[in-house]
Amino acid sequence: MSSAALSPAPSAQARRDARSALGDRIFAGLCKGAGIFVLILLGAIIVELFIGALPAFRAFGVPFVWGANWDPVAEEFGALVPIYGTIITSILALMMAVPIAFGIAFFLTEIAPMSLRRPIGTAVELLAAVPSIIYGMWGFFVIVPLMAQHVQPLVIDTVGELPVIGWLFSGPPFGTGLFTAALILAVMVIPFIAATMRDVFLTVPPVFKESAYGVGATRWEVMWNIVIPYTRKSVVGGIMLGLGRALGETMAVTFVIGNANRIATSIFGPGNTIASLVALEFGESEMGSLKLSALLALGFILFVLSFIVLAISRFLLRPKQSH
Amino acid sequence: MNRLTSLLGAAVASLALLAGAASAQQITGAGATFPNPVYQKWGEAAQQAIGVQLNYQSVGSGAGQTQIRNRTVDFGATDAPMRTELLAEHKLLQFPTVMGSLVAIVNVPGVADNQMKMTGEVLADIYLGKITRWNDPRIVEMNRGLNLPNLAIAPVYRADGSGTTFVWVSYLSAVSPEWKDKVGIGTSVKWPAGTGARGNEGVAGTVRNTRGAIGYVENAYAVQNKLVSTQLRNKAGNFVSPSHDAFVAAANNADWSVPNFAANLVDTHGATSWPIVSPTFILLPTDPKDAARAANVIRFFDWAYTNGNKLAEELEYIPIPKAVQDAVRAAWRAQVKGPDGRPVLQ
Repeated sequence: MSSAALSPAPSAQARRDARSALGDRIFAGLCKGAGIFVLILLGAIIVELFIGALPAFRAFGVPFVWGANWDPVAEEFGALVPIYGTIITSILALMMAVPIAFGIAFFLTEIAPMSLRRPIGTAVELLAAVPSIIYGMWGFFVIVPLMAQHVQPLVIDTVGELPVIGWLFSGPPFGTGLFTAALILAVMVIPFIAATMRDVFLTVPPVFKESAYGVGATRWEVMWNIVIPYTRKSVVGGIMLGLGRALGETMAVTFVIGNANRIATSIFGPGNTIASLVALEFGESEMGSLKLSALLALGFILFVLSFIVLAISRFLLRPKQSH
Repeated sequence: MNRLTSLLGAAVASLALLAGAASAQQITGAGATFPNPVYQKWGEAAQQAIGVQLNYQSVGSGAGQTQIRNRTVDFGATDAPMRTELLAEHKLLQFPTVMGSLVAIVNVPGVADNQMKMTGEVLADIYLGKITRWNDPRIVEMNRGLNLPNLAIAPVYRADGSGTTFVWVSYLSAVSPEWKDKVGIGTSVKWPAGTGARGNEGVAGTVRNTRGAIGYVENAYAVQNKLVSTQLRNKAGNFVSPSHDAFVAAANNADWSVPNFAANLVDTHGATSWPIVSPTFILLPTDPKDAARAANVIRFFDWAYTNGNKLAEELEYIPIPKAVQDAVRAAWRAQVKGPDGRPVLQ
């Protein structure tokens, strides 16, 4: 009775084992496939972009990168203006965003009462999830009129009249331009940088800070002499993460940058970024035209730029090795 | 029980109706954004009238040309006419559907709609960055009645490649040799001055926000949004206001007997013609693989020529002249042939 009852059990167990082993193999294979698919996709995008960009690279050679002319009528294209605009707006944005993000992170880790940390932390993370078109519309309908009617006339008439630095702040007050674009970008990257900074500040072993407080150090001294030196690399990594986002931002920038293919010396002057130029011109580019190829070449350059920036950020943000 | 059967009957009947709607003759098109509102309106009306269901994607003229070259749609649509050799190479018939017109819009304190007078030469010099203030003698001279301020002119242009820009710079090139020489014609050009904005709404918004701004939009857009537009001097030397009659005058004075109907309606003759009018075009394969679908496309636009004028005018478009429509109808019969070599339209 008992043996009769027992005998089928092992075989059922074995069948279940065999089945689950096969299931495991299929599952492992699928996961591996998914992982490799990402690599292939990334490689394919780079190769495809490069092949599409080849006619432009052949026509203009390496000087494409520093050519300042973008003339669709004469079919002469150079990438300098959008590269310049991309870098200037991103750097200006970081100059505005980093101090504020640092303040947020410092407040959240050192000053804020426990009951406030969660809500503010979550709010910062939610800011990062706002779609960029929302920032674009907010920029165009709220910030641009404000800049055009109040901020820029004031600055242009005062600082713009100064010798030596005046040219940086001169020109007609359109409201749009490099500075406005940088402002919107700053708002967009603050959550990224603040969230990263908060996380890395939290990695500082409490015993370090407590010892410093114990010998009478102020909050500022603790920040400056203990937390920052301990997390310096990771903080820079977080800033690079923000830079990566600022470089590739398209929609919001397109609304407010002024979209002019000229080098603007004034920070209020209109300009263009790589991403916004590509987005604007793509729809009306004929298949097989040199213009389309030049746009793909711009895309390739942006890809390489972002890739380098993100690689640096990953490198700096890698987990600390335990000694 | 009776109620149940009648309910069931109703359900079956409505299902059949749905199936009938789904099997309506579908045609697909893609291209220009400028005529999109009228194509959508025609599509709705034609579905009820002749059972042809239009699926039109307004993806831009350039993309429309690409799609019809690859034959991924039944017809393409473009604002700028396609070059003759390209039409021949890709076996396409080009014909106009409606016309639109461009106006200059301004934001100058104390200047109301249709008050300011402008000439093409001055517009070109403004966009070249040569005239930079509103109290420039050349602007003041033709606007004696207006008190123009000493205010910087901020030219605004379409930053996205667009058929609107193509028409605008065609006009500037027609009236200003310097513009033609330095900048030229294209769906996007190298602007010597000013700032760019995205789409009609972007240009209108930037002009509204910026004191001293000047821009260009389609008349339909200016009318619907009550923008401040200007008068323009036409080729005959008269200042005309942007009105339906002025647009129609331009269409009637244009020379339509050119290859592929690519009539130039910019800076036309005629005492009352508005100087910036342009047709928008359809690109139809002359060697359709599916003769029935091509026939439906032709039936659709034939219906639109006969019955769609009122809908077009409600949306501020201008129907093309009757004689041109008849010439297009003749071209359909003569040129569009199915795989068997016979005209698709019997």
